[in-house]
Amino acid sequence: MLNNKTIGVLALQGAFIEHIHMLESLGATCYEIRQLSDLTIRKYDGIVLPGGESTTQTNLLKKLDIFDYLQKLISDGLPVLATCAGAILLADNICDNTTEALHPGHLQTLPVTIRRNAYGRQLGSFTTTSDFGPIKNVSMTFIRAPYFNSIESPDVKVLSTVDDHVVAVRYQNQVALSFHPEVTEDTRIHEYFLQEVC
Amino acid sequence: MTNTNNRYDLNRQLAQMLKGGVIMDVTNAEQAKIAEAAGACAVMALERIPADIRAVGGVARMSDPRLIKEIQNAVSIPVMAKCRIGHIAEADILEALEIDYIDESEVLSPADDIYHIDKTQYKVPFVCGAKNLGEALRRIAEGASMIRTKGEPGTGDVVQAVSHMRLINSQIMQIVAARPDELYNIAKELAAPYDLVEYVHENGKLPVVNFAAGGVATPADAALMMKLGAEGVFVGSGIFSSGNPAKRASAIVQAVTNYEDADLLAKLSENLGEAMVGINADEIQFLMSKRGA
Repeated sequence: MLNNKTIGVLALQGAFIEHIHMLESLGATCYEIRQLSDLTIRKYDGIVLPGGESTTQTNLLKKLDIFDYLQKLISDGLPVLATCAGAILLADNICDNTTEALHPGHLQTLPVTIRRNAYGRQLGSFTTTSDFGPIKNVSMTFIRAPYFNSIESPDVKVLSTVDDHVVAVRYQNQVALSFHPEVTEDTRIHEYFLQEVC
Repeated sequence: MTNTNNRYDLNRQLAQMLKGGVIMDVTNAEQAKIAEAAGACAVMALERIPADIRAVGGVARMSDPRLIKEIQNAVSIPVMAKCRIGHIAEADILEALEIDYIDESEVLSPADDIYHIDKTQYKVPFVCGAKNLGEALRRIAEGASMIRTKGEPGTGDVVQAVSHMRLINSQIMQIVAARPDELYNIAKELAAPYDLVEYVHENGKLPVVNFAAGGVATPADAALMMKLGAEGVFVGSGIFSSGNPAKRASAIVQAVTNYEDADLLAKLSENLGEAMVGINADEIQFLMSKRGA
């Protein structure tokens, strides 16, 4: 059963309500995480890090004192689904697409190097269809999207590639995507998260 | 394999990613970096903030492409820029610069007193101002993939943004409550396409993201607009004409995320330095929000 899962959705900035609607349609109970107390008040079966702007979200995670606690929860095994900016938050290293400079990541719980704005500005945004692990023909929406430049651990499993670039990975309790299943009608990745990860 | 034909959806979805964020006016690369460090989810590249456009007078036009490029190179967040209402060539230039969003804006002097740009002809997304639902739906019909209230830019007076947001939302609720056979006449009265009126009737919201803009100067102003249903906030003159831009910018960003938490808002509002002096919207000679309808 998909229901009875309690999911926290980071709601500092970005497209969080789309995740909440999709997860609730699958029977999950969702709570918005806007402050540290929203995270500490109950036990979650999983957490979603939504798309948006990763610099904004990191800034707010730190200003609102959520950063360290969230990092520990994820390191300790809390299941996490991260899309686009969320995937950037998890990555160990971030590669700048214009300067090629390598920067240390934010939460650094996912041993990958992620390339920010890998497809350029908004004119580079696109949709496509590809497989996600065993799930076939997933419609994928890339908006100023990153991709995974390199994988830094043999335990990171590649779930999707588009044009030879890695766009979805799983590492233990963490699933990270370059694209946005939450803005499509396709609920299969959220089902996978609730069933296989949480 | 990859598909960019659904450009309008992608552009609408970029606006979805900006939700819950603050878009800040900046006039140079240094200000853009301050805005990004403070947590802005995008910046608007301008030669002058609206308050200075008011002060200087004369014709306000699209910014120098060099300035826009410098700002694009300075930050990794989306960069927006304004073109004049109806100025197709300025919009072409901004698209050539690969701007992330064009604001066809009443803050600049209008180039056309009748026609807005046919925004369906562009690949880059457009945001447009609206002071009521009819305007919002007309702009969406023309291809805008994001709407903001007009408010009254460059004043630091939030009253117009409040009345525009309240009016748009109350008009939406009237359409939701209407019988389906009344929608045709509502479309006629709003001077808006029937299919968009029908969308509002069925969904209780605009088909695109709606931000607040025009006169937001404090964390409390930003929280007010979020409480009234804005999905995010533009801050124009309010930050870089204040005493401590970095601190004020950061406080406004946090206020937008936690607009329901009065204790936190009180803390955020403390000791921000001097706010922009501003000018009351009813004391000024002309209202920018009257431009374009």
